[in-house]
Amino acid sequence: MEYILKNGIVYDPANNINGEKKDVMFKDGKIVDNVSSDAKVLDVTDKIVMPAGVDPHAHVAGPKLVVGRLYRPEDSRKGVTAKTNVVRSETGFSIPNCAATGYRYSRLGYGTVCEAAMPPLEAKHTHEEILAIPNIDIPPLPLFGNNWFVLQLAKDGRIDELAAFISLWLKISKGYGVKIVNPCGSEAWGWGMNVHGYDDSAPHWDVTSREVVMALAKANEQLGLPHSIHIHPNDLGHPGNFPTTIETLDSVKDIQKNNPIRDQVMHCTHIQFHSYGGTSWRDAESGAEDVAKYINQNKHVTCDVGQVTLDETTTMTADAPMEYDLFKLSGLKWANKDIECETAAGIIPVIYSGKSPVNSLQWAIGLELFLMIDNPWQVALTTDHPNAGPFIRYPRIISWLMSNERRMEMIENKEVHNWVERRTALATIDREYDWNDIAVISRAGPARIHGFEDRGALTAGMNADIAVYDINPNDFDPSKNAAGVEKAFGNALYTIKDGQVMVKDGEVVSVKPSGTIWTNVVGYEDKEQKILDEIMPFFNKYYTVKFENYKVHDHYLHNPIEVKVQAGK
Amino acid sequence: MAYEEPITDYDHIVENCTCAFCGCNCDDLEFLVKDNHIVGVRHACRLGASKVMEDMDQRLMVPMIRGEDGELEEVDWDTALNKAAELIAGAVRPVFYGWSETSIETMKEGIALGEEVGAVLDNQATICHGPSLQAVQNAGYPVLTLGEAKNRADMIVYTGSNAMNSHPRHMARYSTFPRGYFRQRGRFDRTVVTMDPKYSDTAKMSDIWVGFEQNGDYEFYNAIRAVLKGKELKQDVISGIPKEDVYELVEAMKNTQFGVVFFGLGLTHTLSKQRNIDIAINMVQDLNKFTKWVLMPMRGHFNVNGFNIFMSYEMGFPFGVDFARGYPRYMMGETNTIDLLTRKECDVFMVIAADPGAHFPSGANKHLAEIPVIQIDIHWGPSTEIADVVLPGSFVGVEVGGTSYRMDGVPIFMKKAIDKPETCRDDEWIVRELKERVAKIKQAQVASK
Repeated sequence: MEYILKNGIVYDPANNINGEKKDVMFKDGKIVDNVSSDAKVLDVTDKIVMPAGVDPHAHVAGPKLVVGRLYRPEDSRKGVTAKTNVVRSETGFSIPNCAATGYRYSRLGYGTVCEAAMPPLEAKHTHEEILAIPNIDIPPLPLFGNNWFVLQLAKDGRIDELAAFISLWLKISKGYGVKIVNPCGSEAWGWGMNVHGYDDSAPHWDVTSREVVMALAKANEQLGLPHSIHIHPNDLGHPGNFPTTIETLDSVKDIQKNNPIRDQVMHCTHIQFHSYGGTSWRDAESGAEDVAKYINQNKHVTCDVGQVTLDETTTMTADAPMEYDLFKLSGLKWANKDIECETAAGIIPVIYSGKSPVNSLQWAIGLELFLMIDNPWQVALTTDHPNAGPFIRYPRIISWLMSNERRMEMIENKEVHNWVERRTALATIDREYDWNDIAVISRAGPARIHGFEDRGALTAGMNADIAVYDINPNDFDPSKNAAGVEKAFGNALYTIKDGQVMVKDGEVVSVKPSGTIWTNVVGYEDKEQKILDEIMPFFNKYYTVKFENYKVHDHYLHNPIEVKVQAGK
Repeated sequence: MAYEEPITDYDHIVENCTCAFCGCNCDDLEFLVKDNHIVGVRHACRLGASKVMEDMDQRLMVPMIRGEDGELEEVDWDTALNKAAELIAGAVRPVFYGWSETSIETMKEGIALGEEVGAVLDNQATICHGPSLQAVQNAGYPVLTLGEAKNRADMIVYTGSNAMNSHPRHMARYSTFPRGYFRQRGRFDRTVVTMDPKYSDTAKMSDIWVGFEQNGDYEFYNAIRAVLKGKELKQDVISGIPKEDVYELVEAMKNTQFGVVFFGLGLTHTLSKQRNIDIAINMVQDLNKFTKWVLMPMRGHFNVNGFNIFMSYEMGFPFGVDFARGYPRYMMGETNTIDLLTRKECDVFMVIAADPGAHFPSGANKHLAEIPVIQIDIHWGPSTEIADVVLPGSFVGVEVGGTSYRMDGVPIFMKKAIDKPETCRDDEWIVRELKERVAKIKQAQVASK
């Protein structure tokens, strides 16, 4: 089937197309340069056309999500809709059911969402949920930062073997890249402890967070994986944590990147939670300026923000000790899940409110980071869904970024606490994003950060993943009309995925099964076998499942999108 | 017990099979196969082994329909499936109950059928750990995977659970006896406590038995919490336990490095029901201010947790999900099987991989006897006696592969070892067939209007 999207105003930053009126053509699911005269015409005259959105970091599938849904029926009771001839029932606000996750991303014009934390032991669960999510492609990132084999190999400085282990574990868990969460800290949580700072080590293992991160970064580049290491640094959410963040970013600057698409060797996720100054919540203040300054001066790092949206939400992270800290602060119901030999996780509801000084501070720090980081290719749009807010709030964040007037209105109307003025510089920044910047932070940038070759741009040969928004950019001032921006970006005029029209006029009109993006490293088979032989006795002794039953086999991938990587190339 | 000769007469061994009995989902079983029958099972406990080996005992082999004379009569598959589909398509308030002894793959077909006809989907949690899940929704859920207990725990508490009888390998494989990474001496590195009014087999294996009074659970845990918070106990004896013992126990719990509370239905179903679990969860949360503690419900069926997980990711609610209004609803006491049956709301009941005839209160069963019941199962049971259509399924983890979730949420693919009897069908196939046949009937109804 051939299509032509006619007369749209195209923003395709990867191809330096910035608001040009042109046609976008696609055939059999791919973008093409020409179509025949039989092509079906979709008239999008003077509407914004962009590549479909790419979410670089969200929690959408896996065991944490299920604990959240299972223990928060009050959340599932929000946003309930009946099934129709096209779609199944939707439930949930901060932790939607699988079907709703897919539909809601489609309505925002998104096509790809990275599931940011997959414990390998329960990878089959993550993959089962991916199968249940429609309409989007999902690369899951397995957790490596507290894995016992990784701790041991990093301690011994055996980078070769670590690379082989990563290569093998990506195959076993059908994962896409290397995720690190509070390195050594989640292992310390095995004893109810945490690590403090980058040079602290987990009890028993005698290896520091710095050593683990650097070893993983080296191994990642040795393999030449499409994505860099994806790190949630130590000390999340603690006042005065920004020096730890900068130390973490700085530690890998001498490591050579080994991938032609991405620019970074480290992607720091939800950096908002890692940019706090002060010493306690009494004197907490923004540390955004220092973090932004570091990023502006260093090309080897990228980040996503984790913008607080001021909603009631459910936080969930493999940073389990931090969740227990939150429990001690709020007393809300606390869930925890320790995963043997690998990681831990914690979950707790959070009510972010503009009336709260701390939440308002967090809100402002997120926006400061967006506005203080000069190069939009280095910063991506996320809420760390559902941690700082649900992903359905992306359009609202876009409206904040595009309208200084709206931001000032929020400050002046006391929609946020006056800590925003007293403890951050947000009120002094009048930068506003333009459409092209938005296209970078929500699609082109994240696609490059993840090293995708087949999405994030409207280049011929790429997947026909396209979003059209009902705004004429020549006749619309986003600075004066924040509500209009939010509405348009929340209800795509068209969302096209692999050439199929999924959404029309904000309604889901068709569904398709999701794809699972995973990385298959080739050329390391012998090394993989060697490390496997070495660790197998340990595995058999200390895991509680058999290795045969540990692996994720093809049964759990109905639509695999395999990314082949020639190791080291 | 008499000495049994090792089994040597078999054709081949299938390794790393998963036990389809309790929530331990032991995945290290070896099946000895001869002529497509399992003649021996290695590593499994008695419960698991006998279920696997005696799989042909009282096996439902052919589809049956209850005739005019009230007797079940053998029919072909088409007839049985059509009859069941007709019943479901014509139902106003269908309930699909069970699912805990079949695969996630089957549940997928089941939820599609349930959404289509507006059914209630519910599982055994409704009569077992349902109150635990209510408590989890009240208080939180600090849990672990079982390997954490094995590798780290130096204090294991069983409360309201007689694991030695109900989950015979639980202590051996996960909690008490195995040598863990940080517990190299296994049993000798751990303190095992049983808190139970009964001096159970598990209590006999323990270092400490706390035999509080029946229905004294809430008061007892309340006392522990009070002591944890630095309060003095005013009574000398709490729930039958001298206060000195409570102080001593709290001291021991505070001074462990990693403690786990495994709780069973003995805690969930005594007088205070979910409040018992509430306070146990709160106790664990309090203990974390001193050292590391977690807890875990001792789930019974091998996939009872799987259904709760499955329904949560599909629809946001763990069990008792009602699609009657076209969207999912979950309301304890309203959309659960027992309530629907005792209120005589349900008009067609499908039971899959469960035995309500044996487990439901008599009021619920009385209504079941009055309405059409469709049974999908592998063995004859009391439910067969009240069934109007019987569809013989196959044995997940033995005759057919499928996904299950262990009590701690670890997913396992249970592989197939032998072929199913020729006249039986896979559960997944049966439910899919029902779904397709019901859809056809519904389409015809729409067309005729």
